[in-house]
Amino acid sequence: MKIWVPLDSAAVALGADEVAAAIQAEATRRGVTVTLVRNGSRGMVWLEPLVEVEVDGIRHGFGPMTAADVPALFDAATHPKALGPVEELDWMKGQTRLTFARVGVIDPLSLDDYRAHGGLAGLDRAKAMTKAQIVAEVTDSGLRGRGGAGFPTGIKWKTVSEAPGDRKYIVCNADEGDSATFADRMLMEGDPFCLIEGMAIAGLACGATKGYVYIRSEYPVAIRIMSEAVRIARAAGVLGADFDMEIRVGAGAYVCGEETSLLNSLEGKRGVVRAKPPLPALQGFMGRPTVVNNVISLASVPVILAKGAAHYKDFGLGRSRGTIPLQIAGNVRFGGLYEVAFGLTLGQIVNDIAGGTASGRPVKAVQVGGPLGAWFPPALFDTPFGYEEFGAKDGLIGHAGLTLADDSTDMLQMARFAMEFCAIESCGKCTPCRIGSTRGVETLDRLARGDASALPILTDLCNTMKLGSLCALGGFTPYPVMSALTHFPDDFARAKEAAE
Amino acid sequence: MLDSADLESRLQPILDAHRGMEGSLLPILHAVQEAFGHVPEAALPMIAADLGISKAEAHGVMTFYHDFRARPAGRHVLKLCRAEACQTMGADALADAVKAKLGLDWHETSADGAVTLEPVFCLGLCACGPAAMVDGQLVGRAGADALVAKVKA
Repeated sequence: MKIWVPLDSAAVALGADEVAAAIQAEATRRGVTVTLVRNGSRGMVWLEPLVEVEVDGIRHGFGPMTAADVPALFDAATHPKALGPVEELDWMKGQTRLTFARVGVIDPLSLDDYRAHGGLAGLDRAKAMTKAQIVAEVTDSGLRGRGGAGFPTGIKWKTVSEAPGDRKYIVCNADEGDSATFADRMLMEGDPFCLIEGMAIAGLACGATKGYVYIRSEYPVAIRIMSEAVRIARAAGVLGADFDMEIRVGAGAYVCGEETSLLNSLEGKRGVVRAKPPLPALQGFMGRPTVVNNVISLASVPVILAKGAAHYKDFGLGRSRGTIPLQIAGNVRFGGLYEVAFGLTLGQIVNDIAGGTASGRPVKAVQVGGPLGAWFPPALFDTPFGYEEFGAKDGLIGHAGLTLADDSTDMLQMARFAMEFCAIESCGKCTPCRIGSTRGVETLDRLARGDASALPILTDLCNTMKLGSLCALGGFTPYPVMSALTHFPDDFARAKEAAE
Repeated sequence: MLDSADLESRLQPILDAHRGMEGSLLPILHAVQEAFGHVPEAALPMIAADLGISKAEAHGVMTFYHDFRARPAGRHVLKLCRAEACQTMGADALADAVKAKLGLDWHETSADGAVTLEPVFCLGLCACGPAAMVDGQLVGRAGADALVAKVKA
């Protein structure tokens, strides 16, 4: 009997370890031989822990499971939590899984399983190509930075590849601090070799010999799995003489998700933003040419090399090519990870895929792109999911996280939180971010007390932060604030407090 | 209180283990905190001397990051996510309830040293909020009573 129980953080947070232990105990009690695989998550968080049992070569799902549901798995009768074949579920059938093809499917720490599911085909192909050919393949795929900035990955690689330098680096930004995002975490926990392969290909393309994965400390499972995977890859010769890598752990600073802060942190310094230029591509880690890419950007490279740039580029719309792993979160009925070609409208995502809110109340707003992303009202639900399309509506797709909020949400409080968060997490280097965020909290508190004269000050302050900040923390905090104000003005028009 | 000879004898192997590493200060601070439960102030000059940086630089790095503690935490550390996705699922109400039950505000440790309460901004459990972490163990759809029971155990 072959059974899969996810080791993914979300599954574990909902009791997967207890379910796995119960399966082992029940198998022992019944004298049944069970092969228990701890896989990644399929991304259907509302069904976690999602247990899969192989029946006639087909994986059948059961969820959400509790330890009490385990004994019935071993009985012939129909299980109350039975979902049928997992691949046939609507959530799975609607997706185009390129980057996440193996996540939830394979044993994350089995290199044999990885190879059997197409792993290392991209690296094998890259080894037979020149640096320029690899860079061209990535450029032609249309892949853009999935961390949020959307910069063409191939162009960045070309800069590093052609930069003079005796030592170059590939740095993976796995400091996924945005609320509503967990694609990096799921990929690292569910298919770590995919990221390693992507970084090895980047190393070949750029002439880099050393890679670092900077993982946030809030992700203990991802740190453990990635560390183990690096060790296995090194022992198998996937990593080694030509390209090797290390896992580094952050220390709870949100701003270190910004690439220059991350580089400072990696160098053992305060995670303070660096002014650009010089670009990290020319003077990055230790002053050497450095690629800094998000986990999903790098993990999308193996499939691009394996299947060719054209295959990847055929998906998407406009200048947003390929697929994007949507992370649907917050007050959501069906939340989780859904990889799909760019181009679905926000309404299709919120209503058709996510099924609206968990509370059953109407959706009031959706924040797209994490804490620095804009709040979208239902009136803008016809916006297609793409970099330029969201930009045209004064928003951004960021790392493709979506937070649904129901009609009980006070948008003034959400705006205040954005400023408060910026104040807590500001690195302090530039004044608009350091001081502006604190003034922003105060100004929103004035509005909350019914002082409407604070409104133009808030607008002006946001403008200053947007134009004057060094990085996206101060520069994009105005997105959630101004979108809340623009689309939900009623929440900001408070009556003077009765006490006055 | 650690005496300096004891501190040095436990610190030296950590420093030796990180020698030759590029940008080793964060890994060293993590290892020190793992060993001591916090980063003792007296360790900073020793680390600084070993790395050839000033004490001010070492102090500046240590205090920049939320993770590093100047004092030991309680026997249990309860972290509650405060970020947007969890807020939409009642994280603020959960935090209020937990604070009331424990009689603690953020960053405080109970008088008996049993529990430290800390905010965290995102555990990546955004589709099963509100999320919490108890001594490194992740909790989704967290409830105040169950969390408090874990740290009182």
